[in-house]
Amino acid sequence: MLRKLFKFHGGVKPQTNKERSTTAPIAAVPLPDRLVIPLHQAVGGHPRPLVQPGDRVFKGQRIGGADGNLSSAVHASTSGLVRDVAPAVMPHTSGLTTLSVIIEPDGEDRWGELDKVNYRSTPPDELRDFLRDAGVVGLGGAVFPSYLKLKPGKEGKLKTLVINGAECEPFITCDDMLMRERAGDMLKGILAMRHMLQAEEVLIGIEDNKPQAVAAVQAAIAASGQSGIEAVAIPTRYPAGGAKQLIRVLTGIEVPHGRRSTDFGVQCFNVGTAFSIYEALELGRPLISRLVTVAGNVDAPRNYDVLIGTPMDHLVRLAGPRADTDRYIMGGPMMGVRLPAFDVPVVKATNCILVGSEAMFPAPAPEMPCIRCGECAKACPADLAPFELYWFSRSKNFGKAQEYHLFDCIECGCCSFVCPSHIPLVDYYRFSKSEIWAREREKEAADAARDRFEFKNHRQEREKLEKAEKLAAKAAATREKVAADGATAPAAGSDAAPAAKPAPDAAKRALIEAAMEKARQQKAQAAPRNTEQLSPDVQAEIADIEARREIVAKPAASPLPPQDA
Amino acid sequence: MINSPFVRKAASVQSVMLQVLLALVPGIAAYVWFFGAGILVQIAIASAAALAGEAAMLAIRGKPKAIFLTDLSAVVTAWLIALTFPPIAPWWLTVTGTLLAVVVVKQLYGGLGQNPFNPAMAAFCLMIVAYPALMSQWPAAGQLDFKTQLDLIFGGLRQVDAITGATPLDALRTALRAAANPDSQVHGLRAAQLMDGPAFGFLGGKGSEWIALGYLVGGLWLIQRKIITWHIPFAFCAALLVTAGLLWGVRPDAFASPVFHLASGGAMLGAFFILTDPVSGATTPRGKLLFAAGAAILTYVIRTFGAYPDGIAFATLLMNILVPIIDMKTQAPVFGHKKD
Ligand code: SF4
Ligand code: SF4
Repeated sequence: MLRKLFKFHGGVKPQTNKERSTTAPIAAVPLPDRLVIPLHQAVGGHPRPLVQPGDRVFKGQRIGGADGNLSSAVHASTSGLVRDVAPAVMPHTSGLTTLSVIIEPDGEDRWGELDKVNYRSTPPDELRDFLRDAGVVGLGGAVFPSYLKLKPGKEGKLKTLVINGAECEPFITCDDMLMRERAGDMLKGILAMRHMLQAEEVLIGIEDNKPQAVAAVQAAIAASGQSGIEAVAIPTRYPAGGAKQLIRVLTGIEVPHGRRSTDFGVQCFNVGTAFSIYEALELGRPLISRLVTVAGNVDAPRNYDVLIGTPMDHLVRLAGPRADTDRYIMGGPMMGVRLPAFDVPVVKATNCILVGSEAMFPAPAPEMPCIRCGECAKACPADLAPFELYWFSRSKNFGKAQEYHLFDCIECGCCSFVCPSHIPLVDYYRFSKSEIWAREREKEAADAARDRFEFKNHRQEREKLEKAEKLAAKAAATREKVAADGATAPAAGSDAAPAAKPAPDAAKRALIEAAMEKARQQKAQAAPRNTEQLSPDVQAEIADIEARREIVAKPAASPLPPQDA
Repeated sequence: MINSPFVRKAASVQSVMLQVLLALVPGIAAYVWFFGAGILVQIAIASAAALAGEAAMLAIRGKPKAIFLTDLSAVVTAWLIALTFPPIAPWWLTVTGTLLAVVVVKQLYGGLGQNPFNPAMAAFCLMIVAYPALMSQWPAAGQLDFKTQLDLIFGGLRQVDAITGATPLDALRTALRAAANPDSQVHGLRAAQLMDGPAFGFLGGKGSEWIALGYLVGGLWLIQRKIITWHIPFAFCAALLVTAGLLWGVRPDAFASPVFHLASGGAMLGAFFILTDPVSGATTPRGKLLFAAGAAILTYVIRTFGAYPDGIAFATLLMNILVPIIDMKTQAPVFGHKKD
């Protein structure tokens, strides 16, 4: 069936390098000697540890509880002994540590009790809590807690549920293999999501360089007998797998920066997420493993089903890394992050470990000045003018950068990819965004401090006034007493002035208070809206971007991605 | 440490500039065919001067020489100067013009990517103001042999009036003005009749129409290679045709035909190689259309009512001044903010 597809502006066609890792089926990984499971793996609040060193845990036991309403639980990936709950280096460029549960497997791989739910008979709120506690997050790389996105928009239903199987990043094939081998179960997860969102239609977008995946999903749909679900082959062009780009390609809708896609009647999930929703609801298994592509500078690129917390080098060893390997990149070559060590753990965000060497990913040629050739603008899928953003970032003209929509940049890397002057454009944007956020946070802190100061002044003022009132009252009382005592009048006259004061003072105070309240409101209105009043998706995006970025900001500034996002 | 993306397209400033140079070759070949090999000497002189000037400035400014000398941007400027100056300009005129372009207009403004004005066109304007006579001597096709050309380029005495005339554009303008004068012998003749002379070919200047065709071919190749976009050449040609067509339509006796304008002088060079200089030109799609259309109208006005042999250079500089505001006002709506 032919469906009208839409185009997004720009995009690039890097070499896909996907063939080699799709020749062999998904493989299992032998249990490592120890698992390091960071508690903070998803966008949002930092889960609280629920275990202590020395505890025995089952496979699937909750070890980190969701904290606040933007957070997601974490589980033990196998049964064993909790060795430690301590900071460990996380898979992030910065090399910073994060609180992690270190488990020594007992080799039995024993599940605890598994609760399943029937999603058709369970109220949506309960389902969402269930998925939060099952630790289900977006597995496309954004790791946004899925339960937060499983709410239909204002109308209580959704037009289109978009399932993202595009997988546009070079080298990565875990979604491809998932669709080839587990399409049926993935579809069950999709049906559950469709139920929760009351979605009219489901469109599964898959780049047309994965014909086997398309065929497998189509076969699964046919076998299920469901209608209103379609697997759609879309043109291969990076970043067709960006949520906004995929929504655009499949539905023609452009969801602007800062808006919820449900307001436009669409929501988008990754195929891996669909599969883990199936596992959570129908098998009762929380998210404790995921598919990971090991590719790049290895003899046998392949996809593995990997327990969360598995040290990466343990996994990479299976694929035969070549001798000149000098780096791991988490993710693909366009948006991936270079890792600080080889033994950092696989986390929920790890879709690919790209093994690299200097020969494979040579440093770019020296940076030249921008010649305003406009190549970057032609390639930008967000329709920005990247070179203008570059000029403004370079000159630290952040206001102008924001005017030119710096925050609409999705950091896809297309502009850097095409620039004939080899300018690391995305680095400039990362820098600018971090600077702007840092400044706004500083400003907020300063505002808060000033408010506190003003409040203190105000309180002191009030206390002074109250004291004066008391004195005046006392004086009046004294006067009355004196008058009653029949003392001379002049003394009373001199005391009358302060006694008359309290009334106008109260009025003035009210005025001051009103003025201050107004000022506060104005301030709140005037504050730039980059970090305030954003939808959770956007806050998540920010947190996610920041988490990937510390290197360009101040590496030692905060040990964790910001909690206020 | 290097951040993502870890892969890049094989692209460089050098390869962009190299393709621009290659695209000039058909036009240059036609030039040599009709006007002799003197132009090649001019190209060599200009290139050498440009590289020398660039090297000296890079040394003074403490910039790495290897990458900036080999980026070929100075060579592109040099070729454009050679191709827009008269082919028999004395060597020192070419050298002075080239050095002004590279040293003052480009390097003193900050080097590659920083110059607000098109260096070649700025040099042309400066030289025509300083040496109006020398800059206005254009031999007709086939008029001078190579030896005479060399003598004129390197030689001493120039009896130029005897051997060279004006450009076809100039000649036609002068003739049309004469035709409008009741005392003149040619009074009452129409443009088409005036163009019967030996200086004119079937579309524009004799021989130069073939050069224009060469530039057109090279320019289309640049579009096909995605080095330039269609916007500037299209808008320039369209606006020139429309402007010239309007006046010609009203008074064909007093104005040259639109096709003549397109095929003459630097129109094709301007449309595909000069106005498309990314550094000094507009960058947004709509901005490019405005920028090129403006340049075309100015070119027409200067050609028709001004005193200079061609209008491209002044038109380019005038539009260069407007680039920042054009770019600012023509930013396209970004993703999710379009009205469609
Ligand atoms: S691609 Fe590079 S050189 Fe070209 S305009 Fe963009 S930043 Fe400038
Ligand atoms: S990284 Fe940002 S500016 Fe560059 S192409 Fe992607 S969205 Fe556009």
